[in-house]
Amino acid sequence: MTKNDQNQGSEKAYTHFHRRVLEARGGVFAVATTIAILIGGIVEIVPMYTAGAGPERGDWVTPYTPLEVAGRDIYIREGCYLCHSQWVRPMRAEVLRYGEWTRAPEYQFDRPFLLGSRRMGPDLQRVGQKYPDAWHYEHMRDPRSVSPGSIMPPYPWLLTATVDPEDILASVRALKKSGVPYTDAEVEGVAASLAAQGQPIATSLAGANLETTADTEIVALIAYLQRLGREGKAYLPSQQGGGE
Amino acid sequence: MSQVGTTAVPTPNYDDDIVRKFFGATVLWGAVGMLVGVIIALQIAWWPANLGLPWTTFGRLRPLHTNAVIFAFAGNICFTGIYYSMQRLLKVRMYSDLLSKLHFWGWQAIIVAAAITLPLGMTQSKEYAELIWPIDIAITLVWVIFGWNFFGTIAIRKVKHIYVAIWFYMSFVITIAVLHIVNSLVIPATLFRSYPIFAGLTDGLVQWWYGHNAVGFFLTTPFLGLMYYFLPRAANRPVYSYRLSIIHFWGLVFLYIWAGPHHLLYSALPDWAQTVGMVFSIVLLAPSWGGMLNGLLTLRGAWDRLRTDPILKFMVVAVSFYGMSTFEGPMMSIRAVNGLAHFTNWVIGHVHSGALGWVGMMSFGTLYWLVPKLWHRELAYPKMATQHFWLATIGIVLYTVSMWVAGLMEGLQWRAVNEAGQLANPIFLDTVTQLLPYYWIRVLGGTLYLTGMVLFIFNLLKTIKESGAAASGEAPTPVPAV
Repeated sequence: MTKNDQNQGSEKAYTHFHRRVLEARGGVFAVATTIAILIGGIVEIVPMYTAGAGPERGDWVTPYTPLEVAGRDIYIREGCYLCHSQWVRPMRAEVLRYGEWTRAPEYQFDRPFLLGSRRMGPDLQRVGQKYPDAWHYEHMRDPRSVSPGSIMPPYPWLLTATVDPEDILASVRALKKSGVPYTDAEVEGVAASLAAQGQPIATSLAGANLETTADTEIVALIAYLQRLGREGKAYLPSQQGGGE
Repeated sequence: MSQVGTTAVPTPNYDDDIVRKFFGATVLWGAVGMLVGVIIALQIAWWPANLGLPWTTFGRLRPLHTNAVIFAFAGNICFTGIYYSMQRLLKVRMYSDLLSKLHFWGWQAIIVAAAITLPLGMTQSKEYAELIWPIDIAITLVWVIFGWNFFGTIAIRKVKHIYVAIWFYMSFVITIAVLHIVNSLVIPATLFRSYPIFAGLTDGLVQWWYGHNAVGFFLTTPFLGLMYYFLPRAANRPVYSYRLSIIHFWGLVFLYIWAGPHHLLYSALPDWAQTVGMVFSIVLLAPSWGGMLNGLLTLRGAWDRLRTDPILKFMVVAVSFYGMSTFEGPMMSIRAVNGLAHFTNWVIGHVHSGALGWVGMMSFGTLYWLVPKLWHRELAYPKMATQHFWLATIGIVLYTVSMWVAGLMEGLQWRAVNEAGQLANPIFLDTVTQLLPYYWIRVLGGTLYLTGMVLFIFNLLKTIKESGAAASGEAPTPVPAV
């Protein structure tokens, strides 16, 4: 088919160069292509690790607790992020609907990031403390019981499945290795921390006549959801954030 | 196919067995991936279709759908076309039959592993990069095998100059390797779970650098390669412009990689990165349309054949959808437009005009041309191919138009503020339930497209089967060399 290339009229310098130097040598062509595709990525990603050019950090955000890590793992497993964003954009209507727009430090311990790309349901960046624990329990059991007309699927298996402390310990260790600043004491205390944070949630559910134990997946998921956006909610108004 | 491209020299002993294998995988996984697509479309329209089981719920099946259509369907058709065309373009058998086989079986094993792990909820959550870390390592190994075979074949070629289709294949091989490795850098926690070495918005930036270029280098450049080989062959015309192919190739591979941050417009990602991403996304229109024009103008003087030739119908509509979605994409990357379109069904419609229109239709056109050649037969039912074409085209129109309308509706309602400065639609759920009719139209559109796929498979299987019965006492027709 290369004969097609010859009836293209007068030959320009660059086509001559392309034919002689690039098309005749596979290795040279491959190297040139590699350079061409590397430049953009390097220019955009490398500065993220330099002071001033990367995402802002803040000392007002803390890492997820072990129970919240467990809840986040469940959120990932069930693909919640496919229908719910965690990303309030700096727009008037979004701030009215969801609250403070999301600042960069609020994501600094998110591994992986869960900004989402689609809002089949509402944004969850500031859902923490918006509803009682029992509401989330009922919502996962049967979304339409608290939100009539909802198109969300039910997640009844979360009510009975339990979280394995050993499994969460492995997660916390890996997160520490990846760069989340957990102390050694926090890693040692994963099992105790899980129970300590889970029990009050189980108790609050029991208060609504929802019998469960502190080690269920629903409790971990509620711990995670109730934490979302709280630190931002507490910190940002003091910074007069809405007008930034 | 007249005399074009035939030569007097003996035809090299090409490996077409591997091409047939990849073709089989393409139609098998394509049908599965599209069926899962229709199922999850139904789940959105009618929630009981989630069945109340963990492994059949939308959140687990959606990644199965995207992975199946991208890596299983589109991946296998690319390999089918590459293994067929590069041997002929370079006038040499593939470098190693063993590597070809390892590539084939390795890739299919990865697909099976994906089909098992994703419904079990084993995921890294990054879109189109969900597969767990052991599978990521397997992908890397298989890709190295493919790359070795690919560059080995180029090294032993019998033709001096490398044809434009192979430039595009090369950018596919190289770029996917780079993207996959960087975006898969994680710290394992267990065999099934891991956490990325990148955090927060940096992780988001790396993911969308990967994600957007999966579109660019998995669903665009290899398909442009297929276009540059199979469209001129099917149309029996030379490529319109050699110069244009040089300019748009280098423009595309250099510019595409910058466009990722348009997925993070209006986020807290540093503004400079958002702006760079937006500017390069808009400039990307130029090389994209260079490719579209080079494809369409290749048909100059052959337009009358569109009326009768189903293969050209598929290819022309594919290239036209490529042009439309590469116009729409840059428009949606403009900050103000993105502010409206982001998070809505408009994006889903945009993706599917590229996936169903460009990737799907190009694949069908290519295989309707290629399969009869591979089995030395005429297509069993040419009329059925035309019926497939219309089913697919109407399906795409129903899909994209319903999603455009649904996307604009929800986007406008989310942002509407009344005179008192309050949300005009304060109850989010109201903006969801009103879309149900459009979700049903999408189910219909997807079902039509899938029905076309069933006709396609039936037609090609019939073509192959008849060749098996008739070819027994007959030497295969020589395949014309390009």
